[in-house]
Amino acid sequence: MRLTQKTSHRIAGRLSAGRRSRIAAPLVLLLGLLVTGGMYAALSPATAQTKTADEDTVAKGRALFLVGCASCHGKNAEGIQTVKGGQYGPTLVGVGAAAVDFQVGTGRMPMAQPSTQALRKAPVYDAGEIEALAAFVSSLGPGPNVPESSQYDVKQSSNEDIVRGGEFFRTNCTACHNFAGSGGALPRGRFAPKLTGVSAKHMYEAMLTGPQQMPVFSDQVLSPTDKRQIISYLKKNEETPAYGGFSLGSVGPVSEGLVAWLVGLGSLVGAAIWIAANSARSRKKAQA
Amino acid sequence: MTDTIAKSNGKQPAKAGKPSKAGAAATWADDRLGMAGMAKKNLRKVFPDHWSFMLGEIALWSFVVLLLTGVFLTLWFRPSMVEVVYDGSYDQLRGIPMSEAYKSSLDISFDVRAGLLMRQIHHWAAMVFVGSMMIHLLRVYFTGAFRKPRELNWVIGCVLLLLGTLEGFTGYSLPDDLLSGTGLRAADGFMKASPVVGSYMSFFLFGGEFPGSSIIPRLYTAHVLLIPGLLLALIAAHMLLLVYHKHTQWPGPGRTEHNVVGFPMLPVYMAKAGGFFFVVFGVLTLMGGFLSINPVWRFGPYNPAEVTAGSQPDWYMGWPDGALRIMPNWETHLWGITVSWNVMVPILILPPLMLMILISLPFVEAWITGDKREHHLLERPRNAPTRTAVMVALMTFYGLLWAAGGNDIIATHLRLSINQITYFMRGAVFIGPVIAFLITRRWCISLQRHDNETLLHGYESGVIMRDAQGGYSERHLPLPVARAYTLTARDRDQIFVPESEADANGVASPTARKDKVRAALAKYWYGSNIQKPTRAQLEAAHHHAEIEHDHERALENSADGHQFDGRHDVSGEELTTKH
Repeated sequence: MRLTQKTSHRIAGRLSAGRRSRIAAPLVLLLGLLVTGGMYAALSPATAQTKTADEDTVAKGRALFLVGCASCHGKNAEGIQTVKGGQYGPTLVGVGAAAVDFQVGTGRMPMAQPSTQALRKAPVYDAGEIEALAAFVSSLGPGPNVPESSQYDVKQSSNEDIVRGGEFFRTNCTACHNFAGSGGALPRGRFAPKLTGVSAKHMYEAMLTGPQQMPVFSDQVLSPTDKRQIISYLKKNEETPAYGGFSLGSVGPVSEGLVAWLVGLGSLVGAAIWIAANSARSRKKAQA
Repeated sequence: MTDTIAKSNGKQPAKAGKPSKAGAAATWADDRLGMAGMAKKNLRKVFPDHWSFMLGEIALWSFVVLLLTGVFLTLWFRPSMVEVVYDGSYDQLRGIPMSEAYKSSLDISFDVRAGLLMRQIHHWAAMVFVGSMMIHLLRVYFTGAFRKPRELNWVIGCVLLLLGTLEGFTGYSLPDDLLSGTGLRAADGFMKASPVVGSYMSFFLFGGEFPGSSIIPRLYTAHVLLIPGLLLALIAAHMLLLVYHKHTQWPGPGRTEHNVVGFPMLPVYMAKAGGFFFVVFGVLTLMGGFLSINPVWRFGPYNPAEVTAGSQPDWYMGWPDGALRIMPNWETHLWGITVSWNVMVPILILPPLMLMILISLPFVEAWITGDKREHHLLERPRNAPTRTAVMVALMTFYGLLWAAGGNDIIATHLRLSINQITYFMRGAVFIGPVIAFLITRRWCISLQRHDNETLLHGYESGVIMRDAQGGYSERHLPLPVARAYTLTARDRDQIFVPESEADANGVASPTARKDKVRAALAKYWYGSNIQKPTRAQLEAAHHHAEIEHDHERALENSADGHQFDGRHDVSGEELTTKH
């Protein structure tokens, strides 16, 4: 005890002696920076990991990129500006592998033609090519990685998870995607797509990267568990039978009103015409 | 067919049969209630037969279905905003705190036998109820059935439409799911948009700040007691007036302003109307069974922090919502007060204005035309071109706003821009009705011309004749007499002519200015109409046709094919040789 006290006193004395040295201030600053940086690296949520992909995959991805993507995104994925200062294709530096996996994996990229919004279609590239493209793009700068399958595995979700996912969904998602995930309109011809028939991985990536009009729901906003719960809720809804019968698109009262007029009133007016067309027959006429 | 009327008296004298038990019971009841006389008169009451006269019946029967299913729902629904935790059968919401109203709606849907079916029938019936009232209203207007003496019944009908809409809105708000809560929040905003009294009205209705805990019980009282009571009373008044006025009928041989040609209530209409009730019930049950409506479990409990895309009111509130959606964001700031024209105009001014226009239509028309006569014979829409055009213009206005209310669904499903739809609608709601008015008026007038053509020159037989010079012409055959009678069974329009501005003593008429306006309107109302041909014109046309036929006297033993020479009706005629 006394020894440590003695030692600490001695160190303090030495430090104190050099505290007016010219290099003391920069040294303390450097130390502070090192500690902060090290702690941040150690403790911060790992959103920006870069997996070291092997050189071959990156090279293959680069080759594919130059053929299929560079015309809009630029040869080095730096983005192309239009004359008016808009974006022809945005820069892909730092978007991460998850963004590539979502955009290319759902067929949104490459776009069929420039339009207000990239539409979902059959993917142009196979899984290996998508992986290579993702590796190339993530080699340009750190960004979110493709999530591990354990992160979006809905089988491990309990019913409480599903219920909580529903709460998250109604709070964050229904305003654009509609209560049943049937999609909704956004300004100027853009729209929030429907969420039925979307794979769990792509849902996760969409929340993580915020494609097109969608805001980014980073892991600080919705934790990986929250994301998995939302996906579990949506998947549970897909499994649940339509209790009420034909869902009429699950878009709310507009389609219901249309059906009330076309099916309901249409058939009832038809019945009225039928009843009036069949006039009363008396027994006399039947004999004649 | 007139064959159904007995041609002679029976040959056997009437004999009293064995007194039956039913007869004895009826006599017992009649001795005490004295209903026989009334029943005898009313059970034989005659109603004319036409499909369009049954549209109001759809409304009546769907109202009965609403009462039946509604009573079932009241047995299970709890109009309470007490917070409870859901523990029912629907997995996705289990454990969530919610109001008792929403929980009981979920229980009706999942844990009450046939509850979901009843809920869905009830909701579909409500949609059909308001819709059938509306098409019934259109029928009454287009055929001129609202004219004297039926103006007050028109007013009652309009009030029924308003009450039906309010009843629907209160029902839509009861389950306390996300959609109904959003609707209530909108209603709260509408109230608060009224200057000065807005916030007081809102606090009065909600019992404090929105949403509070009073609104669901209050709406429930209105939904199951107050409005249905008013609806029942007014439906009764509507139908009593119908019986008192007697039903209108289409003109035709034997039909006058003083009789009703048709079938008696018992047994014919008892069977037809009774059968129609089961048809309506059946269709609504099928819809309730197969077509999902308002899946409350998918919306989740109401939470003022949440909203969903596709938040629309039920269809009958869609048009004010559309007006709200396309209204420019206009506000005036005066002495620290904001006047929200953007909400007031589409919600607080437009719908009441439209209702007033609707109610006043019969009175405005009667004033313009100066027609004080009673009308029991209907008019075809083409024979009142301006009237028809007025309603088509109103329908166009309504329809465009209606479509604007679904602008987001139109945008996503037709791949359009919601902004462009909004800009288009802002112009279309003003231009569309004018175009519709002009087209309809001219269309009606040309149909009137066509009627006169067929009266004077006969109907198109479809027989093409080739004459000796090689020219082709279509044969026209004279109309059957009954049809010609029906076409001409209408009055000539009489345009109001004001009396001279000053009387013989030079005293100016006190109503001169009003009369001038009225004369100008009447001239516009009737001015372009085509009047039916006069007797002299008809006779001249028929005479002309006979001479023409004489000129083309058929050959004896004419060749095959000449039976279609257009001198008589071709139905039943066939070629003698098969080709």
